[in-house]
Amino acid sequence: MKSAVILLPGLNRDRDMIAALTKIGGTAPLTVWQTDTEIPDVDLIVIPGGFSYGDYLRCGAIAARMPVMRAVAEKAAKGVTVMGVCNGFQILLEAGLLPGALMRNASLKFVCREVKLEIANAETRFTSRYEKGQVIRCPIAHHDGNYFADEATLARIEGEGQVAFRYGEGTNPNGSLNDIAGIVNAEGNVLGMMPHPENLIEDAHGGTDGRALFEAALGRAA
Amino acid sequence: MTLSNTIPITDELIASHGLKPDEYQRILDLIGREPSFTELGIFSAMWNEHCSYKSSKKWLKTLPTSGPRVIQGPGENAGVVDIGDGQAVVFKMESHNHPSYIEPYQGAATGVGGILRDVFTMGARPIAAMNALRFGAPDHHKTQHLVAGVVAGVGGYGNSFGVPTVGGEVEFDPSYNGNCLVNAFAAGLADSDKIFLSQAKGVGLPVVYLGAKTGRDGVGGATMASAEFDDDIEEKRPTVQVGDPFTEKCLLEACLELMKTGAVIAIQDMGAAGLTCSAVEMGAKGDLGIELDLDAVPVREERMSAYEMMLSESQERMLMVLRPEKEEEAEAIFRKWGLDFAIVGKTTDDLRFRVLHQGEEVANLPIKELGDEAPEYDRPWVESPKAALPDFSALPAIDPADALLKLVGSANLSSRRWVWEQYDTLIQGNSLQRPGGDAGVVRVEGHETKALAFSSDVTPRYVEADPYEGGKQAVAECWRNLCATGALPLAATDNLNFGNPERPEIMGQLVGAIKGIGEACRALDFPIVSGNVSLYNETNGKAIMPTPTIGGVGLIDDWAKMARIGFAAEGDAILLVCASNMWGTHLAQSAYMRDMHERRDGPPPPVDLAHERKAGEFVRDAIRDGRITACHDLSDGGLAVAVAEMAMASGIGAAISLPMPTNPTPVLFGEDQGRYLLTVPRADKELLREIIDEGAARGLVVAWIGETGGSELKLPGTRAISVQELKARHESWFPEFMD
Repeated sequence: MKSAVILLPGLNRDRDMIAALTKIGGTAPLTVWQTDTEIPDVDLIVIPGGFSYGDYLRCGAIAARMPVMRAVAEKAAKGVTVMGVCNGFQILLEAGLLPGALMRNASLKFVCREVKLEIANAETRFTSRYEKGQVIRCPIAHHDGNYFADEATLARIEGEGQVAFRYGEGTNPNGSLNDIAGIVNAEGNVLGMMPHPENLIEDAHGGTDGRALFEAALGRAA
Repeated sequence: MTLSNTIPITDELIASHGLKPDEYQRILDLIGREPSFTELGIFSAMWNEHCSYKSSKKWLKTLPTSGPRVIQGPGENAGVVDIGDGQAVVFKMESHNHPSYIEPYQGAATGVGGILRDVFTMGARPIAAMNALRFGAPDHHKTQHLVAGVVAGVGGYGNSFGVPTVGGEVEFDPSYNGNCLVNAFAAGLADSDKIFLSQAKGVGLPVVYLGAKTGRDGVGGATMASAEFDDDIEEKRPTVQVGDPFTEKCLLEACLELMKTGAVIAIQDMGAAGLTCSAVEMGAKGDLGIELDLDAVPVREERMSAYEMMLSESQERMLMVLRPEKEEEAEAIFRKWGLDFAIVGKTTDDLRFRVLHQGEEVANLPIKELGDEAPEYDRPWVESPKAALPDFSALPAIDPADALLKLVGSANLSSRRWVWEQYDTLIQGNSLQRPGGDAGVVRVEGHETKALAFSSDVTPRYVEADPYEGGKQAVAECWRNLCATGALPLAATDNLNFGNPERPEIMGQLVGAIKGIGEACRALDFPIVSGNVSLYNETNGKAIMPTPTIGGVGLIDDWAKMARIGFAAEGDAILLVCASNMWGTHLAQSAYMRDMHERRDGPPPPVDLAHERKAGEFVRDAIRDGRITACHDLSDGGLAVAVAEMAMASGIGAAISLPMPTNPTPVLFGEDQGRYLLTVPRADKELLREIIDEGAARGLVVAWIGETGGSELKLPGTRAISVQELKARHESWFPEFMD
């Protein structure tokens, strides 16, 4: 089970993500730099969180136009498992690999706290090790996580089971429509989510609720 | 337009550069001629209070700065302390008070940026940050605006840079109405044999400029407030610098990558007084001259004068001396990260600081004297008068439950969640204790069991009432907070915020506080390894409360045994660790007297340093042996507030059954020092007895005062309060104030 982490200037949870993939997958992921035009043969590609290019212009907008993202899109089209967390989610949206948009939090403030996540669809290759309806703990840390989509898109992703995670038990921290915290594409091989499962995978984090997500994504890839 | 270097040097111009007539005479004596305009700017930058510590140096020298673990004390960008296994913690605290009051977001943001740069300049990757913030009265018209801007600025920079904010303070007091305080702390981790310093070595080596481009931001302020420049002032950018955390993050990665190549001989970040201060320090420390060619400096604005370039405080810039054979490799790393890289000068053997601009030599000064010969003052000071212990026997009685509810929901003792939820507290995945406990704790990456604890403390009202005792208390409380997690306190950084030192009573506060800090640091083996002094925090002749913030670092051997403040389980015995005469007697200067009776008279609680040390060692040993289930130190609000905080952190109630004297108030709300609360499973009678006996053997009182359990907090002599109600009060003040 080989994985790769995309590195862009300004990302800052790359080290957290590399640590999680290493601890759960057993081997360190490869890293791919912004200007690389090819991604080696891997089973899982992860775009971590942070502030790529300072979030200037619009979160993820500059990153989505870098050479490496064309390579990610090609891999995604071939069915390779791709996962974007936080800024990674914003980048996947800007790159057109996922539907909708992430707006500034309803509070207009950065927010870092723990929320509840409800597994909305346990049949994706990312959530298969959870139960549908299961509620897990997960930290969040973002300024622009307010998910929005037009009515038709929202109806489609809801209808097709593309909503993977929802903020549960009244913990929606940002005003996202339908409490959406993470979605997959129509083909089910690309996931974007705002919360940080990589920060809840070992006892030192105070819990391991995020582990099953990586086990599923890596396991499926294996 | 550009500023010519031939502007005549008038008395007004000298005064507007913050130089006194005798200081200017000193310049004339030193160089034997009238300085050029650029040279005047350079002197004003090097000889101001911030860079030269001219008022405080005499007293700062009295602080203990060394110890078996200290690798680098004050004088470099940050202090360095050995944590074993070939690793070191690198840390410092620095103020950004005035800029934050003028432009709260950018002022606070660049304060955070500056301190992070200080840490990674030394070769350390930042792993934790804290912020000690002090604002005016909540009902003052500027306070809400300043809180919103400063908190957003701290978060905006730190979150984007990617360092967890794990602790800090937020306090309100009318004395800060005209001067808020923003004290930013950062700590990083480095290999102890790979610490980078600013001392240049070798003649004829390239001086390299790295990072962001130079603009006009930061030029001006005090040094530009001259009548002759009125027309120009309109054209100047605001004097507060603008932060770019994205560039800083790239600069961090590029610097650490470059340091691995062995190319770096000396490195200095451009902070206050930018290019001037960094170049002079590198040369002066290495007994070398420096020649700068300003035409090579990357600029983002056209027609900048030499004066402006030398005094610009544009952020995210570094100056280095590199090994010439590694130049190409170094440049490639910086280009990869999209940063500027320019050779702007060289080291020389003539001990001169020479600055060339458009073919002209605009400055030629003796480099050693610029730094070493700065004026140093022994300013007159008067000892602060000692207050007598007030008679509180006629105080109107207040029900303790009512008082507790009011205190936990007050401006100064309520939850700071509204603030720290705007900070990324868990990035890097190593945060073991986030804000809200006694200290922030971060795991040492790559080590199985080790962790570092961080705390920032001072009680300004104590310092105002008695600078010496207050100085001692700031150190003792910081040390105590570290012990309360089970950490061995290693060393500290001090950030001394005071009013105008030219007033003898203010100078007396500074002297008294430094004496107290020194005394406590010596008694507790807690050396000061870095720091910063911020003076002239006054508006209309009214100074802030003296605020010597202490930022401390402690080492935890095994974080699995670390203590937290929340009650761990029902049915635990609650033990109060104290001295036999410090049950709870001292109400003067307490939060209770301030908030319940609007009384601010009397002396602060005295600190018995011998007891402090005994109590801290006892508590630390108990935690390290894994014998206790929770621990919290007693501070603002005394015993009642400490028990309430332990209950609120866990949701578990408690019953306190202290034998009460006729007046329970001092016992519940007095702020006697050197006290902790511990919990131990009640069922383990043997352990309980052992801990109490051991405390007694060490000359401490360990009193069994209650038990955890249920959903209510029951204090003696009053009604029970549900923990839920306490929490609701505790959590509501800040959001109601701000949102």
